[in-house]
Amino acid sequence: MIEFKLPSLGAEMDQGTLLEWKVKPGDPVCKGDVVAVVDTSKSAIDVEIWQEGTVYELVHAIHDTVPVGGVIARLLEPGETAEHAEAEKRRIAAAVPVPAQAAPAPQAIAPLSPTPTQAAPPAAAERRRVSPAARVRAQALGVDLARLAGTGPQGAVTLEDVEKAATAKAPSPVDRALAMRAAIGAVMARSKREIPHYYLATDIPLARATQWLAQRNEGRPVTERVLLAALLLKAVARALARFPELNGHYRDGAFAPGAGIHVGVAISLRQGGLIAPALLATDTLPLDELMRRLTDLVARARALTLRSSEMSDATITVTNLGDQGVDLVQGVIYAPQVALVGFGRPSERAWVENGQVVAMPLVTASLSADHRVSDGHRGALFLNELSQRLQQPERLDEKP
Amino acid sequence: MSATASDDAALRRAVLEALQRIAPEISPSEIAPDVPLRDQVDLDSMDWLNFLVALHAKVGVDIPEADYAKLATLDQLLAYLKAKRASASHTNGA
Repeated sequence: MIEFKLPSLGAEMDQGTLLEWKVKPGDPVCKGDVVAVVDTSKSAIDVEIWQEGTVYELVHAIHDTVPVGGVIARLLEPGETAEHAEAEKRRIAAAVPVPAQAAPAPQAIAPLSPTPTQAAPPAAAERRRVSPAARVRAQALGVDLARLAGTGPQGAVTLEDVEKAATAKAPSPVDRALAMRAAIGAVMARSKREIPHYYLATDIPLARATQWLAQRNEGRPVTERVLLAALLLKAVARALARFPELNGHYRDGAFAPGAGIHVGVAISLRQGGLIAPALLATDTLPLDELMRRLTDLVARARALTLRSSEMSDATITVTNLGDQGVDLVQGVIYAPQVALVGFGRPSERAWVENGQVVAMPLVTASLSADHRVSDGHRGALFLNELSQRLQQPERLDEKP
Repeated sequence: MSATASDDAALRRAVLEALQRIAPEISPSEIAPDVPLRDQVDLDSMDWLNFLVALHAKVGVDIPEADYAKLATLDQLLAYLKAKRASASHTNGA
Protein backbone atom coordinates (compact mmCIF):
# COMPACT_ATOMS: atom_id res chain seq x y z
CA MET A 1 0.00 0.00 0.00
CA ILE A 2 1.20 3.48 -0.83
CA GLU A 3 0.47 6.27 1.61
CA PHE A 4 0.39 9.41 -0.46
CA LYS A 5 1.44 12.35 1.65
CA LEU A 6 1.05 16.03 0.89
CA PRO A 7 4.46 17.01 -0.56
CA SER A 8 6.36 20.14 0.37
CA LEU A 9 4.90 23.19 -1.36
CA GLY A 10 7.88 25.48 -0.86
CA ALA A 11 9.78 26.63 2.20
CA GLU A 12 7.09 28.83 3.71
CA MET A 13 4.21 26.44 3.19
CA ASP A 14 3.56 24.02 6.01
CA GLN A 15 -0.02 23.24 5.10
CA GLY A 16 -2.46 23.37 2.23
CA THR A 17 -6.20 23.35 1.78
CA LEU A 18 -7.66 20.74 -0.55
CA LEU A 19 -9.54 22.46 -3.37
CA GLU A 20 -10.18 19.56 -5.66
CA TRP A 21 -9.54 15.87 -6.10
CA LYS A 22 -8.51 14.98 -9.66
CA VAL A 23 -8.83 11.25 -8.96
CA LYS A 24 -11.33 8.94 -7.29
CA PRO A 25 -11.01 5.47 -5.79
CA GLY A 26 -10.33 2.92 -8.50
CA ASP A 27 -8.46 5.33 -10.79
CA PRO A 28 -5.03 4.21 -11.98
CA VAL A 29 -2.26 6.81 -11.58
CA CYS A 30 1.17 7.13 -13.18
CA LYS A 31 4.28 9.05 -12.18
CA GLY A 32 3.74 12.77 -12.63
CA ASP A 33 -0.06 12.61 -12.65
CA VAL A 34 -1.87 15.45 -10.92
CA VAL A 35 -4.01 13.91 -8.19
CA ALA A 36 -5.27 16.97 -6.33
CA VAL A 37 -5.33 20.74 -6.31
CA VAL A 38 -4.25 22.35 -3.07
CA ASP A 39 -4.49 26.01 -2.16
CA THR A 40 -1.72 27.81 -0.32
CA SER A 41 -1.35 31.47 0.48
CA LYS A 42 0.55 31.89 -2.77
CA SER A 43 -1.15 29.80 -5.37
CA ALA A 44 -3.40 26.92 -6.20
CA ILE A 45 -0.96 24.08 -6.73
CA ASP A 46 -1.41 20.90 -8.76
CA VAL A 47 -0.14 18.10 -6.54
CA GLU A 48 1.66 15.41 -8.50
CA ILE A 49 2.28 11.83 -7.50
CA TRP A 50 5.57 10.11 -8.25
CA GLN A 51 4.44 6.53 -7.77
CA GLU A 52 2.33 4.18 -9.82
CA GLY A 53 -0.76 2.48 -8.49
CA THR A 54 -4.51 2.54 -8.14
CA VAL A 55 -6.32 4.99 -5.91
CA TYR A 56 -7.76 3.05 -2.95
CA GLU A 57 -9.18 5.76 -0.74
CA LEU A 58 -9.14 9.52 -0.33
CA VAL A 59 -8.34 10.36 3.28
CA HIS A 60 -9.31 14.03 3.18
CA ALA A 61 -12.33 15.88 1.88
CA ILE A 62 -12.44 19.08 -0.13
CA HIS A 63 -11.79 22.13 2.10
CA ASP A 64 -9.76 20.11 4.61
CA THR A 65 -6.52 21.75 5.65
CA VAL A 66 -3.71 19.23 5.63
CA PRO A 67 -0.17 19.64 6.98
CA VAL A 68 2.75 18.95 4.66
CA GLY A 69 3.57 15.28 5.17
CA GLY A 70 0.00 14.36 6.14
CA VAL A 71 -1.49 11.32 4.38
CA ILE A 72 -4.10 12.50 1.90
CA ALA A 73 -4.76 9.31 -0.03
CA ARG A 74 -3.95 5.62 -0.02
CA LEU A 75 -3.14 3.69 -3.16
CA LEU A 76 -2.82 0.05 -4.07
CA GLU A 77 0.55 -0.90 -5.49
CA PRO A 78 0.40 -2.70 -8.84
CA GLY A 79 -1.00 -6.19 -8.14
CA GLU A 80 -2.01 -5.41 -4.54
CA THR A 81 -5.43 -6.42 -3.27
CA ALA A 82 -7.80 -4.40 -1.11
CA GLU A 83 -7.49 -7.05 1.64
CA HIS A 84 -3.74 -6.57 1.69
CA ALA A 85 -4.18 -2.81 1.89
CA GLU A 86 -6.57 -3.14 4.83
CA ALA A 87 -4.07 -5.37 6.62
CA GLU A 88 -1.33 -2.81 5.94
CA LYS A 89 -3.51 -0.03 7.28
CA ARG A 90 -4.07 -1.93 10.50
CA ARG A 91 -0.35 -2.65 10.79
CA ILE A 92 0.53 1.05 10.27
CA ALA A 93 -2.14 2.19 12.70
CA ALA A 94 -0.90 -0.27 15.31
CA ALA A 95 2.64 0.97 14.88
CA VAL A 96 1.61 4.53 15.71
CA PRO A 97 2.74 5.23 19.29
CA VAL A 98 -0.06 4.61 21.73
CA PRO A 99 -1.23 7.79 23.47
CA ALA A 100 0.43 8.54 26.79
CA GLN A 101 -2.44 7.51 29.03
CA ALA A 102 -2.32 3.93 27.79
CA ALA A 103 0.32 1.69 29.40
CA PRO A 104 2.84 0.51 26.80
CA ALA A 105 1.92 -2.99 25.78
CA PRO A 106 4.76 -5.48 26.06
CA GLN A 107 4.12 -6.59 22.51
CA ALA A 108 2.62 -4.86 19.54
CA ILE A 109 -1.02 -5.84 19.74
CA ALA A 110 -3.66 -4.17 17.70
CA PRO A 111 -5.68 -2.04 20.10
CA LEU A 112 -9.13 -3.47 20.65
CA SER A 113 -11.46 -0.68 21.49
CA PRO A 114 -10.19 2.37 19.56
CA THR A 115 -10.41 1.25 15.97
CA PRO A 116 -7.28 1.53 13.85
CA THR A 117 -8.58 4.49 11.94
CA GLN A 118 -9.26 6.40 15.11
CA ALA A 119 -5.80 5.52 16.34
CA ALA A 120 -4.08 7.12 13.36
CA PRO A 121 -3.60 10.64 14.67
CA PRO A 122 -1.83 12.68 11.97
CA ALA A 123 -4.77 12.83 9.60
CA ALA A 124 -7.50 12.76 12.20
CA ALA A 125 -5.92 15.43 14.39
CA GLU A 126 -5.73 17.92 11.54
CA ARG A 127 -9.33 17.56 10.48
CA ARG A 128 -11.33 20.60 11.41
CA ARG A 129 -14.34 19.98 13.57
CA VAL A 130 -17.10 20.96 11.21
CA SER A 131 -20.71 20.02 11.49
CA PRO A 132 -21.88 18.06 8.43
CA ALA A 133 -24.49 20.71 7.62
CA ALA A 134 -21.82 23.42 7.84
CA ARG A 135 -19.54 21.47 5.51
CA VAL A 136 -22.23 21.10 2.87
CA ARG A 137 -23.21 24.77 3.16
CA ALA A 138 -19.58 25.89 3.00
CA GLN A 139 -19.07 23.98 -0.22
CA ALA A 140 -22.21 25.50 -1.71
CA LEU A 141 -21.24 29.03 -0.69
CA GLY A 142 -17.56 28.66 -1.52
CA VAL A 143 -16.47 29.40 2.03
CA ASP A 144 -12.99 28.22 2.99
CA LEU A 145 -13.46 26.30 6.24
CA ALA A 146 -9.77 26.51 7.05
CA ARG A 147 -10.02 30.25 7.53
CA LEU A 148 -13.03 30.06 9.83
CA ALA A 149 -12.86 30.27 13.58
CA GLY A 150 -15.50 27.88 14.91
CA THR A 151 -17.85 29.01 17.68
CA GLY A 152 -19.36 25.56 18.32
CA PRO A 153 -18.31 23.01 20.96
CA GLN A 154 -14.51 22.46 20.97
CA GLY A 155 -14.12 25.12 18.31
CA ALA A 156 -16.32 23.30 15.84
CA VAL A 157 -17.44 25.26 12.80
CA THR A 158 -21.20 25.57 12.77
CA LEU A 159 -23.69 26.31 10.03
CA GLU A 160 -24.04 29.81 11.46
CA ASP A 161 -20.28 30.40 11.27
CA VAL A 162 -20.30 29.45 7.60
CA GLU A 163 -23.21 31.70 6.74
CA LYS A 164 -21.72 34.61 8.63
CA ALA A 165 -18.46 34.15 6.75
CA ALA A 166 -20.30 33.96 3.43
CA THR A 167 -22.04 37.27 4.04
CA ALA A 168 -18.83 38.93 5.25
CA LYS A 169 -17.28 37.38 2.10
CA ALA A 170 -14.82 38.83 -0.38
CA PRO A 171 -11.92 36.92 1.14
CA SER A 172 -10.17 36.13 -2.13
CA PRO A 173 -7.74 38.71 -3.61
CA VAL A 174 -7.15 40.84 -0.53
CA ASP A 175 -6.81 37.81 1.74
CA ARG A 176 -4.44 36.13 -0.66
CA ALA A 177 -2.32 39.26 -1.00
CA LEU A 178 -2.08 39.60 2.77
CA ALA A 179 -1.37 35.91 3.23
CA MET A 180 1.26 36.00 0.51
CA ARG A 181 2.93 39.04 2.05
CA ALA A 182 2.98 37.25 5.41
CA ALA A 183 4.42 34.09 3.82
CA ILE A 184 7.14 36.04 2.01
CA GLY A 185 7.90 37.92 5.21
CA ALA A 186 8.17 34.72 7.22
CA VAL A 187 10.54 32.96 4.84
CA MET A 188 12.69 36.04 4.26
CA ALA A 189 12.91 36.76 8.00
CA ARG A 190 14.00 33.19 8.59
CA SER A 191 16.56 33.48 5.81
CA LYS A 192 18.03 36.70 7.20
CA ARG A 193 18.02 35.28 10.74
CA GLU A 194 19.63 31.94 9.93
CA ILE A 195 21.72 32.32 6.80
CA PRO A 196 25.03 34.18 7.01
CA HIS A 197 24.78 35.79 3.58
CA TYR A 198 27.73 37.12 1.64
CA TYR A 199 27.22 39.26 -1.46
CA LEU A 200 29.29 39.60 -4.64
CA ALA A 201 28.66 41.37 -7.93
CA THR A 202 30.37 41.80 -11.27
CA ASP A 203 29.66 43.48 -14.60
CA ILE A 204 29.28 41.05 -17.48
CA PRO A 205 29.68 42.24 -21.10
CA LEU A 206 26.69 41.17 -23.16
CA ALA A 207 27.69 42.29 -26.68
CA ARG A 208 28.26 38.75 -27.92
CA ALA A 209 25.21 37.32 -26.22
CA THR A 210 22.83 40.00 -27.49
CA GLN A 211 24.25 39.91 -31.05
CA TRP A 212 24.03 36.14 -31.15
CA LEU A 213 20.44 36.20 -29.88
CA ALA A 214 19.41 38.94 -32.30
CA GLN A 215 20.78 36.92 -35.23
CA ARG A 216 19.12 33.79 -33.94
CA ASN A 217 15.76 35.56 -33.54
CA GLU A 218 15.92 37.30 -36.90
CA GLY A 219 13.34 35.87 -39.25
CA ARG A 220 11.77 33.78 -36.53
CA PRO A 221 8.08 34.26 -35.88
CA VAL A 222 7.26 36.05 -32.64
CA THR A 223 6.23 32.77 -31.00
CA GLU A 224 9.70 31.26 -31.48
CA ARG A 225 11.96 34.04 -30.27
CA VAL A 226 14.20 33.54 -27.29
CA LEU A 227 14.60 36.24 -24.65
CA LEU A 228 17.89 37.21 -23.02
CA ALA A 229 16.31 36.11 -19.73
CA ALA A 230 16.26 32.50 -20.97
CA LEU A 231 19.89 32.66 -22.09
CA LEU A 232 20.90 34.02 -18.67
CA LEU A 233 19.10 31.16 -16.92
CA LYS A 234 20.87 28.65 -19.14
CA ALA A 235 24.24 30.26 -18.45
CA VAL A 236 23.64 30.12 -14.68
CA ALA A 237 22.63 26.46 -14.86
CA ARG A 238 25.69 25.55 -16.94
CA ALA A 239 28.09 27.51 -14.75
CA LEU A 240 26.71 25.77 -11.64
CA ALA A 241 27.92 22.38 -12.87
CA ARG A 242 31.36 23.16 -11.45
CA PHE A 243 30.05 24.78 -8.25
CA PRO A 244 27.93 22.19 -6.47
CA GLU A 245 28.27 24.12 -3.20
CA LEU A 246 25.94 26.80 -4.61
CA ASN A 247 23.28 24.35 -5.79
CA GLY A 248 21.28 22.47 -3.19
CA HIS A 249 19.76 22.76 0.25
CA TYR A 250 20.96 23.37 3.80
CA ARG A 251 18.85 21.34 6.19
CA ASP A 252 19.33 20.16 9.76
CA GLY A 253 22.83 21.55 10.05
CA ALA A 254 24.20 20.05 6.86
CA PHE A 255 24.40 20.85 3.17
CA ALA A 256 22.90 18.41 0.67
CA PRO A 257 23.93 19.12 -2.94
CA GLY A 258 21.02 19.19 -5.38
CA ALA A 259 20.25 15.98 -7.27
CA GLY A 260 19.88 18.10 -10.40
CA ILE A 261 20.08 21.75 -11.36
CA HIS A 262 16.57 23.10 -10.94
CA VAL A 263 16.69 26.86 -11.22
CA GLY A 264 13.90 28.66 -9.38
CA VAL A 265 12.72 31.69 -11.34
CA ALA A 266 11.54 34.64 -9.27
CA ILE A 267 8.33 35.84 -10.94
CA SER A 268 6.64 39.01 -9.78
CA LEU A 269 2.87 38.87 -9.82
CA ARG A 270 0.92 41.79 -11.24
CA GLN A 271 -1.31 42.00 -8.18
CA GLY A 272 1.80 42.16 -5.99
CA GLY A 273 3.89 39.46 -4.44
CA LEU A 274 6.41 37.05 -5.74
CA ILE A 275 6.65 33.38 -6.50
CA ALA A 276 9.73 31.35 -7.46
CA PRO A 277 8.80 28.05 -9.11
CA ALA A 278 11.50 25.82 -10.58
CA LEU A 279 12.46 25.14 -14.17
CA LEU A 280 13.32 21.49 -13.68
CA ALA A 281 16.68 20.25 -15.05
CA THR A 282 17.48 23.71 -16.41
CA ASP A 283 21.01 22.76 -17.49
CA THR A 284 19.79 19.99 -19.81
CA LEU A 285 17.13 21.99 -21.67
CA PRO A 286 17.92 23.13 -25.23
CA LEU A 287 17.45 26.90 -25.44
CA ASP A 288 14.18 26.82 -27.41
CA GLU A 289 12.72 24.31 -24.99
CA LEU A 290 13.93 26.36 -22.02
CA MET A 291 12.21 29.42 -23.49
CA ARG A 292 8.96 27.52 -24.01
CA ARG A 293 9.04 26.24 -20.44
CA LEU A 294 9.87 29.68 -19.08
CA THR A 295 6.94 31.24 -20.97
CA ASP A 296 4.65 28.51 -19.69
CA LEU A 297 5.96 28.82 -16.13
CA VAL A 298 5.46 32.60 -16.04
CA ALA A 299 1.94 32.26 -17.46
CA ARG A 300 0.98 29.57 -14.97
CA ALA A 301 2.58 31.41 -12.04
CA ARG A 302 0.51 34.49 -12.91
CA ALA A 303 -2.62 32.38 -13.36
CA LEU A 304 -1.71 30.78 -10.01
CA THR A 305 -1.66 27.21 -11.32
CA LEU A 306 1.67 25.63 -10.48
CA ARG A 307 2.76 22.08 -9.83
CA SER A 308 4.01 20.74 -6.51
CA SER A 309 7.37 19.66 -7.97
CA GLU A 310 7.90 23.19 -9.25
CA MET A 311 7.19 24.61 -5.81
CA SER A 312 9.49 22.32 -3.85
CA ASP A 313 12.40 21.25 -6.04
CA ALA A 314 14.31 24.46 -6.85
CA THR A 315 17.99 24.13 -5.93
CA ILE A 316 18.92 27.80 -6.48
CA THR A 317 16.94 30.92 -7.42
CA VAL A 318 17.56 33.49 -10.14
CA THR A 319 15.98 36.92 -9.87
CA ASN A 320 16.07 39.04 -12.99
CA LEU A 321 14.94 42.63 -12.60
CA GLY A 322 15.02 43.01 -16.36
CA ASP A 323 15.17 46.07 -18.52
CA GLN A 324 12.69 48.02 -16.39
CA GLY A 325 14.77 47.42 -13.30
CA VAL A 326 17.88 48.88 -11.69
CA ASP A 327 21.55 48.07 -12.09
CA LEU A 328 22.10 45.86 -9.06
CA VAL A 329 20.06 43.49 -6.94
CA GLN A 330 21.43 41.96 -3.74
CA GLY A 331 18.94 39.23 -3.09
CA VAL A 332 17.81 37.32 -0.05
CA ILE A 333 18.42 33.58 -0.30
CA TYR A 334 15.28 31.47 -0.49
CA ALA A 335 15.93 29.01 2.34
CA PRO A 336 16.71 26.13 2.43
CA GLN A 337 18.55 26.98 -0.79
CA VAL A 338 22.10 28.28 -0.36
CA ALA A 339 22.49 30.80 -3.17
CA LEU A 340 20.62 33.35 -5.25
CA VAL A 341 21.82 34.87 -8.51
CA GLY A 342 20.56 38.32 -9.46
CA PHE A 343 20.59 40.20 -12.75
CA GLY A 344 20.02 43.92 -12.99
CA ARG A 345 19.02 45.95 -16.03
CA PRO A 346 21.18 45.36 -19.10
CA SER A 347 22.38 48.75 -20.35
CA GLU A 348 25.13 50.34 -22.40
CA ARG A 349 27.91 51.64 -20.19
CA ALA A 350 31.48 52.76 -20.67
CA TRP A 351 33.83 49.77 -20.88
CA VAL A 352 37.50 49.50 -21.61
CA GLU A 353 38.44 46.90 -24.19
CA ASN A 354 41.89 46.61 -25.80
CA GLY A 355 42.84 50.00 -24.36
CA GLN A 356 39.81 51.73 -25.84
CA VAL A 357 36.78 53.08 -24.05
CA VAL A 358 33.73 51.66 -25.82
CA ALA A 359 29.98 51.70 -25.23
CA MET A 360 29.26 48.14 -24.14
CA PRO A 361 25.99 46.46 -23.18
CA LEU A 362 26.57 45.20 -19.65
CA VAL A 363 24.57 43.44 -17.01
CA THR A 364 25.52 43.47 -13.34
CA ALA A 365 25.26 39.91 -12.06
CA SER A 366 25.20 39.35 -8.32
CA LEU A 367 25.50 36.37 -6.06
CA SER A 368 24.09 36.06 -2.56
CA ALA A 369 25.39 32.87 -1.00
CA ASP A 370 25.40 31.00 2.29
CA HIS A 371 28.70 31.25 4.17
CA ARG A 372 27.97 28.00 5.99
CA VAL A 373 28.43 26.23 2.67
CA SER A 374 30.72 28.32 0.46
CA ASP A 375 33.23 31.17 0.60
CA GLY A 376 33.52 34.40 -1.33
CA HIS A 377 36.48 33.05 -3.27
CA ARG A 378 34.42 30.24 -4.77
CA GLY A 379 31.50 32.60 -5.27
CA ALA A 380 33.76 34.95 -7.22
CA LEU A 381 35.00 32.09 -9.40
CA PHE A 382 31.38 31.18 -10.09
CA LEU A 383 30.49 34.71 -11.26
CA ASN A 384 33.58 34.73 -13.49
CA GLU A 385 32.60 31.36 -14.92
CA LEU A 386 29.11 32.77 -15.60
CA SER A 387 30.65 35.72 -17.43
CA GLN A 388 32.86 33.39 -19.51
CA ARG A 389 29.86 31.26 -20.45
CA LEU A 390 28.02 34.34 -21.72
CA GLN A 391 30.96 35.24 -23.97
CA GLN A 392 30.35 32.00 -25.88
CA PRO A 393 26.58 32.07 -26.20
CA GLU A 394 26.46 29.54 -29.05
CA ARG A 395 27.98 26.93 -26.76
CA LEU A 396 25.14 27.37 -24.27
CA ASP A 397 22.84 25.72 -26.79
CA GLU A 398 25.08 22.69 -27.27
CA LYS A 399 24.78 19.53 -25.27
CA PRO A 400 26.86 19.64 -22.06
CA MET B 1 -9.14 50.10 -50.60
CA SER B 2 -8.26 52.91 -48.24
CA ALA B 3 -8.49 52.45 -44.53
CA THR B 4 -11.48 54.16 -43.00
CA ALA B 5 -11.85 55.79 -39.62
CA SER B 6 -13.73 52.75 -38.36
CA ASP B 7 -10.85 50.46 -39.42
CA ASP B 8 -8.53 52.66 -37.38
CA ALA B 9 -10.80 52.46 -34.36
CA ALA B 10 -11.03 48.67 -34.68
CA LEU B 11 -7.24 48.38 -34.86
CA ARG B 12 -6.85 50.59 -31.82
CA ARG B 13 -9.39 48.52 -29.92
CA ALA B 14 -7.61 45.27 -30.88
CA VAL B 15 -4.26 46.63 -29.70
CA LEU B 16 -5.66 47.81 -26.39
CA GLU B 17 -7.44 44.51 -25.86
CA ALA B 18 -4.18 42.65 -26.45
CA LEU B 19 -2.46 44.97 -23.99
CA GLN B 20 -5.15 44.48 -21.41
CA ARG B 21 -4.84 40.70 -21.68
CA ILE B 22 -1.22 41.08 -20.56
CA ALA B 23 -1.82 43.87 -18.05
CA PRO B 24 -5.37 43.49 -16.72
CA GLU B 25 -4.92 46.39 -14.30
CA ILE B 26 -4.82 49.10 -17.00
CA SER B 27 -7.79 51.10 -18.18
CA PRO B 28 -7.42 51.62 -21.93
CA SER B 29 -8.90 55.13 -21.81
CA GLU B 30 -6.01 56.24 -19.61
CA ILE B 31 -3.26 55.18 -22.01
CA ALA B 32 -1.65 58.34 -23.41
CA PRO B 33 -1.04 57.73 -27.14
CA ASP B 34 2.22 59.70 -27.30
CA VAL B 35 4.00 58.49 -24.14
CA PRO B 36 6.09 55.28 -24.32
CA LEU B 37 3.86 52.36 -23.38
CA ARG B 38 6.47 50.88 -21.10
CA ASP B 39 6.54 54.12 -19.10
CA GLN B 40 2.81 53.75 -18.48
CA VAL B 41 2.35 50.02 -18.17
CA ASP B 42 4.53 47.63 -16.19
CA LEU B 43 5.75 45.36 -18.99
CA ASP B 44 8.85 43.20 -18.69
CA SER B 45 10.48 41.58 -21.71
CA MET B 46 8.28 38.49 -21.33
CA ASP B 47 5.13 40.66 -21.13
CA TRP B 48 6.21 42.56 -24.25
CA LEU B 49 6.78 39.31 -26.13
CA ASN B 50 3.39 37.99 -25.02
CA PHE B 51 1.81 41.27 -26.12
CA LEU B 52 3.34 40.84 -29.59
CA VAL B 53 2.15 37.24 -29.73
CA ALA B 54 -1.38 38.41 -28.89
CA LEU B 55 -1.13 41.19 -31.50
CA HIS B 56 -0.01 38.71 -34.12
CA ALA B 57 -3.04 36.55 -33.35
CA LYS B 58 -5.47 39.49 -33.44
CA VAL B 59 -4.06 41.71 -36.16
CA GLY B 60 -2.01 39.23 -38.20
CA VAL B 61 1.21 41.26 -38.19
CA ASP B 62 4.41 39.59 -37.02
CA ILE B 63 6.70 42.36 -35.78
CA PRO B 64 10.41 41.53 -36.17
CA GLU B 65 12.68 42.13 -33.19
CA ALA B 66 14.66 44.74 -35.11
CA ASP B 67 11.55 46.98 -35.22
CA TYR B 68 10.83 46.97 -31.48
CA ALA B 69 12.66 50.28 -30.98
CA LYS B 70 10.31 52.07 -33.42
CA LEU B 71 7.25 51.06 -31.42
CA ALA B 72 7.54 52.86 -28.11
CA THR B 73 4.18 54.65 -28.06
CA LEU B 74 0.65 53.57 -28.89
CA ASP B 75 0.53 56.01 -31.84
CA GLN B 76 3.78 54.62 -33.26
CA LEU B 77 2.52 51.09 -32.87
CA LEU B 78 -0.82 51.85 -34.57
CA ALA B 79 0.88 53.63 -37.48
CA TYR B 80 3.31 50.73 -37.89
CA LEU B 81 0.55 48.10 -37.88
CA LYS B 82 -1.55 50.11 -40.34
CA ALA B 83 1.38 50.43 -42.74
CA LYS B 84 2.23 46.72 -42.46
CA ARG B 85 -1.35 45.69 -43.12
CA ALA B 86 -1.64 48.04 -46.07
CA SER B 87 1.56 46.72 -47.68
CA ALA B 88 0.50 43.11 -46.98
CA SER B 89 -2.88 43.59 -48.69
CA HIS B 90 -1.12 45.42 -51.54
CA THR B 91 1.29 42.54 -52.22
CA ASN B 92 -1.61 40.09 -51.97
CA GLY B 93 -3.37 42.10 -54.64
CA ALA B 94 -6.36 42.43 -52.33
